[in-house]
Amino acid sequence: MFGNYAGFILASYGVTAATILVLILWVLLDGRKQTKILAQLHERGVHRRSERTKAATHS
Amino acid sequence: MTETKQPSFRIRGLANPTRFLALLDKIMIPLVILTVVVIGVGLYMALIDSPEDYQQGATVRIMYIHVPAAWLAMFAYTMMTISALGTLVWKHPLADVSAKAAAPLGAAFTFVCLTTGSFWGKPMWGTWWVWDARLTSMLILLIIYLGLIALWHAIEDPIKAGKAVAILTLVGFIIIPIIKFSVDWWSTLHQPASVFTLEGPKMDNSMLIPLMVMAIGFTLLFTVLHFKAMKNEILRRRIRSMQMQAARQVASGNRAAATQAASPSTGPSASH
Amino acid sequence: MSAMGALFVRDLKLSIRIGGGALMGVLFFLIVVTIFPFAVGPDLNLLARIGPAILWIGALLATLLSLDRLFQADQEDGTLDLLLLGEHPLELVVLVKCAAQWISTGMPLVVATPLLSLFLNVEPVGIAAVTATLLVGTPALTLIGAVGAALTVILRRGGLLLSILILPLTIPVLIFGVSASLGAVTDPAPFDTPFYILCGLSLLYLVIGPVAAAAALRSSQE
Repeated sequence: MFGNYAGFILASYGVTAATILVLILWVLLDGRKQTKILAQLHERGVHRRSERTKAATHS
Repeated sequence: MTETKQPSFRIRGLANPTRFLALLDKIMIPLVILTVVVIGVGLYMALIDSPEDYQQGATVRIMYIHVPAAWLAMFAYTMMTISALGTLVWKHPLADVSAKAAAPLGAAFTFVCLTTGSFWGKPMWGTWWVWDARLTSMLILLIIYLGLIALWHAIEDPIKAGKAVAILTLVGFIIIPIIKFSVDWWSTLHQPASVFTLEGPKMDNSMLIPLMVMAIGFTLLFTVLHFKAMKNEILRRRIRSMQMQAARQVASGNRAAATQAASPSTGPSASH
Repeated sequence: MSAMGALFVRDLKLSIRIGGGALMGVLFFLIVVTIFPFAVGPDLNLLARIGPAILWIGALLATLLSLDRLFQADQEDGTLDLLLLGEHPLELVVLVKCAAQWISTGMPLVVATPLLSLFLNVEPVGIAAVTATLLVGTPALTLIGAVGAALTVILRRGGLLLSILILPLTIPVLIFGVSASLGAVTDPAPFDTPFYILCGLSLLYLVIGPVAAAAALRSSQE
């Protein structure tokens, strides 16, 4: 439907989609990784200073 | 980033990273839905609904992603400049996070702009690359983005790295327009004006409207990615400071500190 | 002001001393210009045409490569802390250090340029033009390079990163320097317009360089 230039148009949109997909995957996977480490730290009992008083009443 | 207790950070509500994260969680889903809808509409208009250019044929459809990408490439740098001012002048705790999250996004959209420009140039100019003023300036912008990212990774202390990058960002903000000017000057000196410019000055509404929709969609997409990357960065810094704090407690001889950190009076390091 | 004079003389002495690297810059310049004909061929007409460009690239690289120790040596032996604590504004200190750096590494390049131009078959007017543009342009390179040197001062191996960060910012200087040099030898192209723009750029970098480098040094030593 794009005439003789279909290849170039599809390649352009393809590269754009791929780049955006990589960005989305990057932020999602990075976010998951950070949340996981944070949860592990909480499990080991490391807390932020602001959370410490809260944690004290629990333990 | 964990200095949430300092009163100066409460001046503006969003300066508090915790409050910022809470706000993000609230607006993220509506924002994502809006982005998907706008880009969906934009793609329909760009690929199916809009007419072909009488001169460039269907290749004009590349414009609907090329121009928004170019816009974002510059928008991201402006964003980083404002963040750099925030880091150096106002010492806003989120400014540095914002700049660090924006840099890879800016580099990625600059890359998209260059590649789509190349795919557009091949059928129009007959070569993949011409040392056209606009393309060349974009290439230099990409190199500057990559340099900034490299500087971030080279300096270990995130606070020092953020300041160094902020200084370089501001220097770049002053010099980039001069680079643009000199590349334009150089380009007119070395080659005759190209047969036609990629974006004609007068554009029919049938093309302008899809272009605007795509530009808004791309900007929304950038905002979503930027917010999410900022959130990741805040968490990363939180983790870093927690790990260092835990290591300090271990090092101070109180081996059990990690589990007993609960009571504030446990070790000398807790007061730091 | 005498303190600044003392700093200037000290920096000059340190860089002229064996191992200080002042002569290394000229040697590097010489070898870069020498290897170009091996890459592009010994055609004297071609060399005459691209000669100013080769000389500018050589001078640009020589200036940048000699810059990575500008603040690093001072940081290692603690001088930098004294300079930061001193009563003189850090911007002035940076400016004085840049001046000493340029006298010891930039000026020898300018002096060597006429001789190297002969190797490249550049005609007399062109030789004068390249030398003049380098005389005006290399201080700008040193000043903007100082920003990179200050940003990478805490890194152990900052030389490569310094070049990556600073080379894009030197593009305007390169463009107008080479354009003015070529303008002097090729007829329709002007010499004075790019030359005046080059002078303007040097003045601008004279402001940006010390201010940004001083800010970078302060933030790195906090």
